[in-house]
Amino acid sequence: MATLTHDEIFKKVQDVLVDTLAVDADEVTANAVIKDDLGAESIDFLDIGFRLDKVFGIKIGMDKMMPNLASDANFAQNGRITPAGVEELKKRLPYSDFTEFEKDPTIDNMSKLFTVNTIVRFVEGKMQAA
Amino acid sequence: MRWIWIDKFIEFTSQQSATAIKNVSLAEEHLHDLYPAFPIVPHSLIVEGMAQTAGILVGEARNFAEKVILAKIGRATFHRLVRPGDTITFTAKIDQLSEQGASITGTVTVGADLVADIEMMFSHIDQNLAGLEFPEHNFVFTEQFTELLKTYRIDSKVKI
Repeated sequence: MATLTHDEIFKKVQDVLVDTLAVDADEVTANAVIKDDLGAESIDFLDIGFRLDKVFGIKIGMDKMMPNLASDANFAQNGRITPAGVEELKKRLPYSDFTEFEKDPTIDNMSKLFTVNTIVRFVEGKMQAA
Repeated sequence: MRWIWIDKFIEFTSQQSATAIKNVSLAEEHLHDLYPAFPIVPHSLIVEGMAQTAGILVGEARNFAEKVILAKIGRATFHRLVRPGDTITFTAKIDQLSEQGASITGTVTVGADLVADIEMMFSHIDQNLAGLEFPEHNFVFTEQFTELLKTYRIDSKVKI
């Protein structure tokens, strides 16, 4: 597939989110939080992943973008992400802003790290590597 | 009565597609609730028949090792009603299959008539809901469902 620009990737990601989450395109802004602002539930992330794979023609690997830290005691204990867990998240999400999250690193607050831009940047990275 | 909304598989291609039929009978008690003077198969049970067809397809794709549950109905569009005496045909095709689950496109017909188009997603719950514990045994694929597939597979070989 020919290299897509940032805006082209954003548009395709926006279309996927509009279809999957039944939201309007103008709600899908770069900083919109997938869960909190767009109302995504856990199964929606699987659906988004499948559709991104189809639209971009490569294995995007949403499950790698969103690590399931809750099950690993090194990364999460009693509903809070450990310092090792925060480092792991930073590795997986190099473009996310961790300033607010680090003030209160709970599992519940993790969702705020996943914005539309997180997906766009992740797809960009995968397309460059492909 | 048993919670089984398909009677028989008429086609099954592992990891790709499956087709099952259900014969609708006036003797089915629940049909007379909706509507008392005009029994029809409720849309919800048509979706359930599709979910059972597709769920067995998705389960078999990984040898019934996963607990496959219907997680999302993306779209379900209905075009005509289904009445007693009809034979419903459910055709499910796997769009995508991964460790976490699968997405399916389904078509429901009665004869040549299109009854419904349905898109659904299944989740392999042991791979998805970390922190939640489920019974170890596969409570999804009981003998009731696996027997359907066995019957399809031996159907052509066993003559009574």
